Amino acid sequence: MATYILRRLIQTLGVVILLSYVCFYLMTLMPGDPVELMISSNPKITSEDVARLRSLYGLDQPAYKRYLNWVSQISSGDLGHSRTYRVPVSELLGPRLWNTFYLSMLALTFSILVALPIGVYTALNPGSRMDSIVSMLTFFGISMPSFLLALILIIIFAVQLNWLPAGGTETIGADNTGLAGILDRAKYLILPVLSLSLQSIGSFVRYARGSMLDVLRQDYVRTAKAKGLSYHVVIWKHAFRNALIPIITIIALSLSSVFSGALLTETVFAYQGVGKLVYDSIMGNDFNVAMVSFIISVSMVLLMNLIADILYGFVDPRISYQ
Amino acid sequence: MENRVPTLKVQNLETTFFLKSGPFRAVKGLSYEIFPGETLGIVGESGCGKSVTSLAVMQLIDNPGKITGGQILLDGQDLLKLPTAQMEDVRGAKIAMIFQEPMTALNPVLTIGQQIDEQVLRHEKVSNDEARKRSIEMLSLVGIPSPEERYGNYPHQLSGGMRQRAMIAMALSCHPKVLIADEPTTALDVTIQAQILELFQTLQKKFNMAVQFITHDLGVISEVSDRVLVMYGGQVCESAPTQELFNNPQHPYTAALMNSRPKLGQRTKRLQTIEGTVPAPHEFPKGCPFANRCPKVTQICWDVPPPVTQVSPQHIVACYHPGVQK
Repeated sequence: MATYILRRLIQTLGVVILLSYVCFYLMTLMPGDPVELMISSNPKITSEDVARLRSLYGLDQPAYKRYLNWVSQISSGDLGHSRTYRVPVSELLGPRLWNTFYLSMLALTFSILVALPIGVYTALNPGSRMDSIVSMLTFFGISMPSFLLALILIIIFAVQLNWLPAGGTETIGADNTGLAGILDRAKYLILPVLSLSLQSIGSFVRYARGSMLDVLRQDYVRTAKAKGLSYHVVIWKHAFRNALIPIITIIALSLSSVFSGALLTETVFAYQGVGKLVYDSIMGNDFNVAMVSFIISVSMVLLMNLIADILYGFVDPRISYQ
Repeated sequence: MENRVPTLKVQNLETTFFLKSGPFRAVKGLSYEIFPGETLGIVGESGCGKSVTSLAVMQLIDNPGKITGGQILLDGQDLLKLPTAQMEDVRGAKIAMIFQEPMTALNPVLTIGQQIDEQVLRHEKVSNDEARKRSIEMLSLVGIPSPEERYGNYPHQLSGGMRQRAMIAMALSCHPKVLIADEPTTALDVTIQAQILELFQTLQKKFNMAVQFITHDLGVISEVSDRVLVMYGGQVCESAPTQELFNNPQHPYTAALMNSRPKLGQRTKRLQTIEGTVPAPHEFPKGCPFANRCPKVTQICWDVPPPVTQVSPQHIVACYHPGVQK
């Protein structure tokens, strides 16, 4: 098990390095560079100044050399400076990262807690009225774009009912320590979490229902019934544990879409997370910020896949790691 | 022998599947009884209702199937009148069942030990340690080598034969009075089949169980059963002690089944078959279900279901034209 995890971590590192190069290269292909931004705000600059600035920042070198420079800088622990915010990237990214982490984890947990019981319930009562209502709602959930849902939620709960804030991360100037602080943050999280969860709830319900229906037809479920076990034991101990195996994959894979969904959601709700930061930094040619955020997002997704693979080993004894 | 009390007595059992295309009666008034220590073999083609019958005894027929008539008496008590919770107490404790596919009948995510323990703990007031001891004892009883080790194994780590042995160990763990074996050897190699059948007979004597053995394999039936019940179209065709049935089949269907077996030392170009196929659920003749395939069919066979008649004290047949046709 330990060697397996180690091997997978090394593989993950390889993928991260490869992807970071791809991202870096794509960034160099984008029109414009930081110096051009400086020029546009300073008409008196001469072409000699431009050339000097370019060589100072190393922008005149080929992409792979710039990449190597960037890597050596990163590996010495210096994440670079944000050109837009004029602060070190690490200082900028830390709180943003946590904000995104809260948002996506809450959305994921919420989706799982809502979707699995509904999925199991509908699988146990296929063809019931509840089943068809749920199936219609999940279809709605899957096909509803999250940014549109976000706007609808804002209109209903923030504008019309005035129950919740329309956007932001926390009340500015308020005392945000202790329980009051948590409650204040929670108020700002409800709508983003809702709009981010709906899509995953839809697909999780579908998968949970399908997987559970499939398992309920299996011979070992009949065996469990033949042993005289009660309905609840048959469903939860024998059927659900088996149904969980494919659901874990779906949840792990959906993590990347929750992350990318967070980008849109954060933008709509003006929520101070990594997603919005990535968007702003790409638009503002702030590539130090963009690169680090990219790498963190990529690592998160890869790490979650690794965790899912390890979880398999616990849920399904047929999978062993050697 | 005649004044013994049957352990399991099924009377006029009727099961119906409420399909979208209309209700379909899979078992139509089936009656039989099994005495302690006796094996009743139930034979028939696929779709004749033999598996539905065994699931009916366990009350495990899935929707849209239902038991729509008759009685199932275990030691004189009608199981169909029991509330769900009490029926759960019967299942696995007094009546146990073994299924056809050992590969899929065990839960892949639980160890063999956990699955047997679970049944023992469900029905008997024993500690976890005692349950574990019982499970290991059962595993060794069914001839599984190094049972302590196998106790901690998952089903996928065992071969098909070993899994079926584990299934048997599980079924017998609470010493049931009735064991229903639904084609328990069909999925196994012939050599393993022979071992499992032998195991069955030993254990049956040991526990004095009434066994309902379902198969479509006449060879297997002749080896294990004391009496045989031949089913066709959800009804009984013929029932007799094994020897009697094999020597003196009365129903044309039984005779046809016997004739379609290959005989050792007799080379034939083609094996005999029974003409035609089992009709679709809604296309059974109004009278005798076998009418459309029977060589002796007459008009009355098409119109009126044949009554069950006694050939000899233990031999019954449902046919207007019984007797060997040669």
